[in-house]
Amino acid sequence: MSIAPSGPLAALKAAADSFVADYQARKTTLPGDSHVRAESAALLAANGLPGPREEAWRYTALRPFAEAQFKPTAKAEPSAALLARLPHVEATRLVFVDGRFHSELSGVPAGFRVTTGEPAYGTLARPAAEKLVALNTMLAEDGAAIHVPANTDAGTVLLASLATGAAVGFHPRHHIVLEPGAQLTLLDVTIGDGEYLHNPVLTFEVAAGATVTHLRTQDEGAGAFHLSTVYAEVAEGGTYDSFALILGAKLARMEVHARLAGPNAAAHLNAAQLLGASQHADFTTIVRHDAPNTASRQTVKNVLTGRSRGVFQGKIEVARVAQKTDGYQMNQALLLSANAEMDSKPQLEIYADDVKCSHGATVGALDADQLFYLRSRGVPEAEARAILVRAFLSEALDPISHEGARAAMEAAIAAWWAKGGRVQT
Amino acid sequence: MPAVAETLDTVQAATEGGYKWGFSTDIEMEMAPKGLNEDIIRLISARKNEPQWLLDWRLAAYAVWLKMTEPEWAMLNHPPIDYQDLHYYAAPKKKPGPKSLDEVDPELLRTYEKLGIPLRERAILAGVEGADGAPADGDRPQVAMDAVFDSVSVATTFKSTLAKAGVIFCPISEAVQEHPELVRKYLGSVVPTNDNYFAALNSAVFTDGSFVYIPKGVRCPMELSTYFRINARNTGQFERTLIIAEEASYVSYLEGCTAPQRDENQLHAAVVELVAFDDAQIKYSTVQNWYPGDAEGKGGIYNFVTKRGHCRGARSKISWTQVETGSAITWKYPSCVLQGDDSVGEFYSVALTNNYQQADTGTKMIHIGKRTKSTIVSKGISAGHSNNTYRGLVRIDRRADGARNFTQCDSLLIGDQCGAHTVPYIESRNPTAKLEHEATTSKIAEDQLFYCRQRGLSQEDAVGLIVNGFCKDVLKELPMEFAVEAQKLLAISLEGSVG
Repeated sequence: MSIAPSGPLAALKAAADSFVADYQARKTTLPGDSHVRAESAALLAANGLPGPREEAWRYTALRPFAEAQFKPTAKAEPSAALLARLPHVEATRLVFVDGRFHSELSGVPAGFRVTTGEPAYGTLARPAAEKLVALNTMLAEDGAAIHVPANTDAGTVLLASLATGAAVGFHPRHHIVLEPGAQLTLLDVTIGDGEYLHNPVLTFEVAAGATVTHLRTQDEGAGAFHLSTVYAEVAEGGTYDSFALILGAKLARMEVHARLAGPNAAAHLNAAQLLGASQHADFTTIVRHDAPNTASRQTVKNVLTGRSRGVFQGKIEVARVAQKTDGYQMNQALLLSANAEMDSKPQLEIYADDVKCSHGATVGALDADQLFYLRSRGVPEAEARAILVRAFLSEALDPISHEGARAAMEAAIAAWWAKGGRVQT
Repeated sequence: MPAVAETLDTVQAATEGGYKWGFSTDIEMEMAPKGLNEDIIRLISARKNEPQWLLDWRLAAYAVWLKMTEPEWAMLNHPPIDYQDLHYYAAPKKKPGPKSLDEVDPELLRTYEKLGIPLRERAILAGVEGADGAPADGDRPQVAMDAVFDSVSVATTFKSTLAKAGVIFCPISEAVQEHPELVRKYLGSVVPTNDNYFAALNSAVFTDGSFVYIPKGVRCPMELSTYFRINARNTGQFERTLIIAEEASYVSYLEGCTAPQRDENQLHAAVVELVAFDDAQIKYSTVQNWYPGDAEGKGGIYNFVTKRGHCRGARSKISWTQVETGSAITWKYPSCVLQGDDSVGEFYSVALTNNYQQADTGTKMIHIGKRTKSTIVSKGISAGHSNNTYRGLVRIDRRADGARNFTQCDSLLIGDQCGAHTVPYIESRNPTAKLEHEATTSKIAEDQLFYCRQRGLSQEDAVGLIVNGFCKDVLKELPMEFAVEAQKLLAISLEGSVG
């Protein structure tokens, strides 16, 4: 790792330039649409990386990431220990190692189509608006294009990203299409060891009456940077139902753009961020209601210990045509240590009058009365705290109906708590 | 045609130009030439006979302002403001004190009459000699008043009564002459000259405003009130208010504003600074009714205001209550810096926008001291083609053990062409602090309307009633007379928007 010139802006500029230089050197060998790639390279060269003055980035500084240097991916094999961390569920496996599709570790889809070997760009992403998406588009080398035909239940797909831990950067690009009436449960698990950059972009096209359940576990290595962007476009009567468990990485930013484009479309964007040490994690959502009778639900819980910093930015936009919108958003944080910090920005932007939109946010410590109640009934302090934290998270976890995924997440939460979540320094 | 649309049309036709404070007064004015430069600032300072330090302070602020750019983060749209196309100083020409009301410029008196200021106070405001000492009429609650006409304070009432209690209430230009040590000590200590673009501009060119000093242990014997009026064409109003409440003192201060109806936009950029020491309380209430522009969005005041209070002492309390119905553009965030342990900040706000009005308003509560508490209650009502944004910050410092915040933001939309937005920032760095934020957006429920209509209320009255109910949590914080006025104002401002 080398250090770029000082000053946050200089560091960001240098990092963007080095990514563009990497692209220039390798562009003839990169697979897929070279035109789309070149456009994004021009955008990145002109606009750079998100800086501290940008409203959408006011709580998350990319400077530490800009100061690290990442090599392009080299082919590597995951350790047995890493493979063992994958959830034990019955699913069609699509495994990517350091951003590259690994066919030996992956399964064969039945009843739906998967294409790999080049970035699955799709048409929903906006590299001009989101700078990290421009970075992804420019350097993407692989990804999964998942296509579920009409009225087909594709069952459960495990989309796993394993990082072996060399100082590499990878930018996978996945595109998921559900034809009308189709169904898919996507377990999106990103794990790894060490220091690396993982900058995936996932786009979901959910056609009329289709339902995608997107269950994410981000448990990247302790020195990793996880910067992901999701776009979901939901047609009439369709549902994008998601939950994200955020545990890992040194610096994480998960950005989700959900657009409810047809009447009766719905989106659920639930998340739990469990952070310790000096971790920084940012969960940012933008839900756009663009049709009448659409509904969105968001429950985001944060448990912060050590010197960690949790960020939640959630925006609900209601267009003039989107009458009868029902939008709900709840963001809650538990600060379990003296040096943890929570920054929350729930936003409503409403242009239709016949709507029901609300948001709530709370920040505080564990309730002393509740602790006392448990202690007075003989529950040891540490256990009482664990019970209360688990209860705090349940509102976000309860909607997960996939039993295997849920069990894996419960286990990950228990492991987090045992490993250090309860150490409140 | 549905009943709703029908009412909307008839009402709209009947109430074009419903702004009843839209008159202008023909008074002989003394004006500085248009434009802003160091010479104009020197002229303002010389007209006010200011000491050198204040001129230097203004010039320094001007130098800072030149380097700043207008903020763009608010959800507001307006054509660029030409700061060189304004008069920065306009004052009614003063003749030697008239002996009775008969000698006062009748135009000035008519203005006060239209504004609803009581006759005896009108005499004082017009500068009739000897009017100040007269006893108050009966049991009517006493309110001391300072009137600021364009750029200068024209008169202050009840001065002698206040002086007996040790309270200083006078135009800030007078305070500069009479109490320079106090002004110098506190001016810019809450809102520094480089705080923001409009505060810097105000610091450079402010012409008048009110100054209040409440000594230790004194409960101000009456409500203090300042009445602001922009009258002259092409002027900007830049008033500066400074209120200091010493230990264990109390003051309630009211502020009202109106402006004539004109086609062009006028600029208003005020700064208000409050300082509260140990156990002191300041209650600051505003009914802002600057001309909002016509139904097509033409004209109206651009209102860019910086208001901030410092709770410097332990157990001090600053409470902001505002009813914002006027202005084409409102950019205003009355804030509290809660420095003293156990200090309390409150913000109660009703912001109503109609036609093409735009409001981006809210508060900042900065918790520094231990066990500091803040309450935010904001009610936004959008009608017509207007946009109404609540923008607020609650920040809990690492040292603020046991801090507490409660925030409630509700928006009401009337009609399908308006917008209501909520942009709260919640930042906590202390695990013992407890923060709660809640926001809702809704429209007037059909069943509520039906209930009122069925009992014989007109559509308009029903909406007025429901809106007043929606705002009740805020209106009850206003002093009684102000609350009555505010309720009427809400109804008038909603005219033509019922749906």
